[in-house]
Amino acid sequence: MVPEATPTSYYGHPIIKPPIWKPEVGVYLFTGGLAGASALLATAARHRGNDVLARRALLIAFAGVTVSPVLLIMDLGVPRRFLNMLRVAKVTSPMNVGTWLLSAAGASTGVAAACEVLGILPRVQRVAETSAGLLGPPLATYTAVLLSDTAVPVWHGARYELPFVFAGSALASAGAAAAVLTPARDAELARRVAVAGAVTTLTGMQVMERRLGDLAEPFHSGPVGRFARAAKLLGAGGAAALALGGRRRPVAVAGGLSVLAGAMCERWSIFTAGRVSASDPRYTVEPQRRRLASGG
Amino acid sequence: MAECHPVGFQWVMEAKERGATVIHVDPRFSRTSALADIHVPIRAGTDIAFLGGIIHHILENDLWFHDYVLEYTNAASIVGEDFRDTEDLDGVFSGFDPDTRAYTSTSWMYEGMATSAAPGSGEPVSHAAGENTGSGGIQLAHHEPQQDRTLQHPRCIFQLLRRHYSRYTPEMVARICGIPEDQFARVADALCSNSGRERTSAIVYALGWTQHTVGVQTIRTAAIVQALLGNIGRPGGGILALRGHASIQGSTDIPTLYNLLPGYIPMPHAAWIDDLSDFIEKNSSKAGYWAYMDHYVVSLLKAYYGDSSTPANDWGFGYLPRIDADHSAYVFTKGMFDGGVKGFFVLGENPAVGSSNGRFNRMAMANLDWMVVRDLVEVETASFWRNAPEIESGELRTEDIGTEVFFMPAAAHTEKNGSFTNTQRLLQWHHAAVEPAGDARSDLWFMYHLGRIIREKLHGSVEPRDRGILALAWDYPVEGRLDEPSAEAVLQEISGRKADGSFLSAYTELKSDGSTSCGCWIYSGCYADGVNQTARRKPHTEQSWVAPEWAWAWPDNRRILYNRASADPDGKPWTDRLPYVWWDEEQQKWTGKDKPDYPLDKAPSYVPPDDARAEKAISGREPFIMQSDGKAWLYVPDGLKDGPMPTHYEPQESPVPNALYGAATSNPARQIVSHPLSPFNHPPDRPVADDVFPYVATSYRLTEHHTAGGMSRFVAYLSELQPEFFCEVSPQLAAERGLRHAGWATIVTARTAIEARVMVTPRMQPLRVQGRVIHTVGLPWHWGQNGLSTGDSANDLFHLSLDPNVHIQESKAITCDIRPGRRPRGPALLALVDDYRRKAEAAAP
Amino acid sequence: MSGTIVTHDIDIRSHDSDGTPRHMGFFTDTSICIGCKACEVACKEWNHVPEDGLTFTGESYDNTGSIGANSWRHVAFIEQLKPLEMADSQGTGGLRWLMASDVCKHCSNAACLDVCPTGALTRTEFGTVIVQSDVCNGCGYCVPACPFGVIDRREEDGRAWKCTLCYDRLRGDMEPACAQACPTKSIQFGRIDELLRIADGRVETLHARGESQARLYGADRGDGVGGFGAFFLLLDEPEVYGLPPDPVVTTRDLGRVWSMAGAAALTMIATVGAALLRGRR
Repeated sequence: MVPEATPTSYYGHPIIKPPIWKPEVGVYLFTGGLAGASALLATAARHRGNDVLARRALLIAFAGVTVSPVLLIMDLGVPRRFLNMLRVAKVTSPMNVGTWLLSAAGASTGVAAACEVLGILPRVQRVAETSAGLLGPPLATYTAVLLSDTAVPVWHGARYELPFVFAGSALASAGAAAAVLTPARDAELARRVAVAGAVTTLTGMQVMERRLGDLAEPFHSGPVGRFARAAKLLGAGGAAALALGGRRRPVAVAGGLSVLAGAMCERWSIFTAGRVSASDPRYTVEPQRRRLASGG
Repeated sequence: MAECHPVGFQWVMEAKERGATVIHVDPRFSRTSALADIHVPIRAGTDIAFLGGIIHHILENDLWFHDYVLEYTNAASIVGEDFRDTEDLDGVFSGFDPDTRAYTSTSWMYEGMATSAAPGSGEPVSHAAGENTGSGGIQLAHHEPQQDRTLQHPRCIFQLLRRHYSRYTPEMVARICGIPEDQFARVADALCSNSGRERTSAIVYALGWTQHTVGVQTIRTAAIVQALLGNIGRPGGGILALRGHASIQGSTDIPTLYNLLPGYIPMPHAAWIDDLSDFIEKNSSKAGYWAYMDHYVVSLLKAYYGDSSTPANDWGFGYLPRIDADHSAYVFTKGMFDGGVKGFFVLGENPAVGSSNGRFNRMAMANLDWMVVRDLVEVETASFWRNAPEIESGELRTEDIGTEVFFMPAAAHTEKNGSFTNTQRLLQWHHAAVEPAGDARSDLWFMYHLGRIIREKLHGSVEPRDRGILALAWDYPVEGRLDEPSAEAVLQEISGRKADGSFLSAYTELKSDGSTSCGCWIYSGCYADGVNQTARRKPHTEQSWVAPEWAWAWPDNRRILYNRASADPDGKPWTDRLPYVWWDEEQQKWTGKDKPDYPLDKAPSYVPPDDARAEKAISGREPFIMQSDGKAWLYVPDGLKDGPMPTHYEPQESPVPNALYGAATSNPARQIVSHPLSPFNHPPDRPVADDVFPYVATSYRLTEHHTAGGMSRFVAYLSELQPEFFCEVSPQLAAERGLRHAGWATIVTARTAIEARVMVTPRMQPLRVQGRVIHTVGLPWHWGQNGLSTGDSANDLFHLSLDPNVHIQESKAITCDIRPGRRPRGPALLALVDDYRRKAEAAAP
Repeated sequence: MSGTIVTHDIDIRSHDSDGTPRHMGFFTDTSICIGCKACEVACKEWNHVPEDGLTFTGESYDNTGSIGANSWRHVAFIEQLKPLEMADSQGTGGLRWLMASDVCKHCSNAACLDVCPTGALTRTEFGTVIVQSDVCNGCGYCVPACPFGVIDRREEDGRAWKCTLCYDRLRGDMEPACAQACPTKSIQFGRIDELLRIADGRVETLHARGESQARLYGADRGDGVGGFGAFFLLLDEPEVYGLPPDPVVTTRDLGRVWSMAGAAALTMIATVGAALLRGRR
């Protein structure tokens, strides 16, 4: 940290409460992003007439929107009250917004996926798919707001970069997942999306860490640091493999899995960096001290 | 005070906000110190040296309140020529018998005045205990001692005092107490500059002053300071004793002490009292209100025995139990070992944890036939037979203990009506909020029904020993589902009635002809006009700042005792700043903001005729109406067991010799309860700076816990606030002994070894005393093995050397060792302590 | 009354005479806190807050540690080798023992309330913030949202809990349990505007006595949370007491963050669109 700052604290106790969310929420950051971006990819592929890719992306999105609420409900202190989330609509609560988004996206994706699998109601499927495709991107990026709308120093400090990091990460996962499951000749779009997503998220991470300054410390040490490094290596390596050798299925599978693993590591590193930064009072105090010193 | 009396401390904070300087003198930096203007760390057990230093400062710098001292104290009185000071006899006063380690006080008396016949218990004067003469001091043979109002006579008390304290210089205070001279000067200046005609200062103390072999004399020293500064009987002045818990004042007023009857009337002694007239004669004074002893005693007997109390049977005086020896707590506990004491009632106490040397107490209880424990929870005293530490160490086995223990659940104060008497003598009534749960009953219920059943069983008995019990007026009305005796009826009996059943309004209405009954003469009038005066709760905003209509103060609702001293000898307020009680010339009576603690019509000009007695024997210029000379005593010519003037003695166990005297290190008249289970760290009077027990230990309390823990360690909301027994040590001591913060330490004395978590804190400050650095180990003593928050009991470390006047143990200053880590278990614990004792013996010079 | 603290006769009624609720709050004056913890106990008694663990912390006399779901008041103890500043107070040997009773700040702009997805957290007619325990589903969002680390989820029942400023008592014009129990009136309860006035006077008094470190914390209505409903007088920097020096409600620039999220979402669409275009070639 800044050497001239005098770290004073109350017996080293954190000033804010570290997030109490269970690992499920960290996993949800991944599955929600995957689902949202996959729905977008499916719509795009359908638009392009690539039904093979569209079908797989849609089913990935469906898997994502199916798992996600389960993860969220598991995290609740009183799971049976999950629906209380929908008793209000509150833009100041990203979790509330997200629940509405997830519900709508889940419904659209579910209908579209059902039509797809059963081969029925093509018009309904088109409308549902388009709806899911449009709801996908906000579903993928609202989680950035969810995290940053807290007092957790790393998350809140990264509030302007995190949406782009998550957007890129979601695209990378969606592209990579589709690339793994789709025959190579039908997966070019998926590979491009994966590579573009990986580039976006890795760039976003770099920008975010630079902007965070001292607050980025957790990303460079301890378990969080290992996940962050792994995210970069796996993401960059996988993207390179997809870009250069993705036309060959084994390379596509390996590269895709690497990008997926990278995206998971990235989500996990951001999720856990939050806890680390919240647990050390310096991360709370010092930015505030600097803000006061610079006159607000 | 903030630590143990947080509710009362609000007024200290209020005073501080209004500009008062708050000085806290304590070995420990407590929550009080944190809020004080000045904290003075003092070596435990040296308070007399400190206060003596202040007396020296007052006298040598001519800071005493001349008019007040000359008129209102016995400064001018002349002491007989046989008197010898500790300064003459190297640490003892005249009259000391080294064989019995007791004083004969004849030589301390005023010039030309013979030692009076026995006051109090009727014992010879040399055995008179301080509490026997509780509120009045001993009775003088006649009223006016010889005086030298120029204060120049070499044997006048002023000069004696001056000589006695001549060596209590700031340097000496520094040497003995470890208080730097500049800090002492600040304190002395602050106190003296805020005292005198215009201003007053109060002294507040608690068990930190009393639990010493010189406890009574410490308070006496404070009394001298306050008398010299004119701080008694005036608003903002005084000496306030903060009690150990609620209504301890009440339990001395209506005593749980073996040698007192209600209202500080002595308990008759089997050997020295024949009949009532003998008792009255030996315990009355000629002057002052103790002259009415017959009124108080006969009214008490009428309250006790009702219709069975008649002139023919000496008002039932013969029914009263007699004492025949010292039956104080540690002495009777010792009696359990030899079978002299077979049964034991323990009501709301926990001696297994709360008494000095817990092992001695618990081992003693194992010899009883039966024991009744009444408490809210199963305290350690009730469970000693199954989980005393001595069972773990192998000294006791449950199957060998024959004591039959009856544990009776007791009701809490919220579950019963009754009164609390606080340190300001204020009786405050509390109402039952809920009925006690389950089998829990109030102590009143228990005592009443126990008495009722005993009386039923004795019905028809002709045994002389049963007559007193059968003669009792045991007719309290019971109410409610639980047959709860009416506490209000008891209060009515205490307050007293006339023969026609109407209520007394003050103790001055008491008679000796059997026409009045009163359970406690000083409480007389607390039910005046048939109204429970103690239940009055008029807000302070609706009455004067003296708040006479909030509850009721004894005596006669007077809020400041001896308040005639708030006016000058002519009856005018000393200063317009502090008018309190004064003589109204026009109305020819005393008046003021408080009820005058004085005969209302006694003019300042009043001079008693030669044959006057009682209050009429005290002149209109003398405020101290309970004293037989009407004066505050700077020097006590009789009545104390350990000297007429307080002098510095080291504790029984001290790390340093007495810097003042070679021969006497500790109080020569201290009371020692000798028992193999209570050895001392060092040989008697041989304090050694040895390496075996090099540190001082002192005990104290925490805000979060209540005394021996019965009301706190069993309550989650309190236990979680201080969940474990810990000791407090300075960083320097921690470094010296390798103690780790929040780790464990074992503290050892010749009695036992206990373990505690370690709190290393700069709040514990090493002191430089006689060229040595003295470290103190601070021990909050609340713990025992039962409840939610458990731990070793600090009191297990302490010994049984007592104050000779009031038999209180010296649990505020002992020596000890401290070492890192937990204590051994089982027999290994005893081996460790034995090892220490062997080493200490070897190290003794 | 001027110059006195303990006998301030503050109007503790939570309603005007016509029944209109008032904006009520706490002023905790730590300069007269004696660390008795009566506030902690009274709070627990009144609100049935469970025991919070029997752990010896070694952190001076504080075994509570921090405010949480099971401790709604927390008295901090800070031992400092710092001389007292009061002009006539050199007597404590350079040792200072600060005590301060912390509590929910009842922020004017409350992050916990903002982020609560169920509406369980709500603002009362007295301007205070409470959790409706029959609505809370234990999502835990409020926990990291609070800039003071106040609100917390109770393990045993999965819901979020914190100080209610004794909402039930306020409805009956009674003062909160902690304030009533506080022997030195370190915790003062009353109308915010009246408390602010008292607090300003108190700081002036302390400054005049040479206690130059005395400062109000949370009294500024223009601060990052719009002023505290429970504000403090501190004798040192806030972080010494475990308080953030410049707390800001997390939702202050939420609008911009939402815009960023929207932009990021559009970026996703654009990225996929671009990939689509390239693929057409």
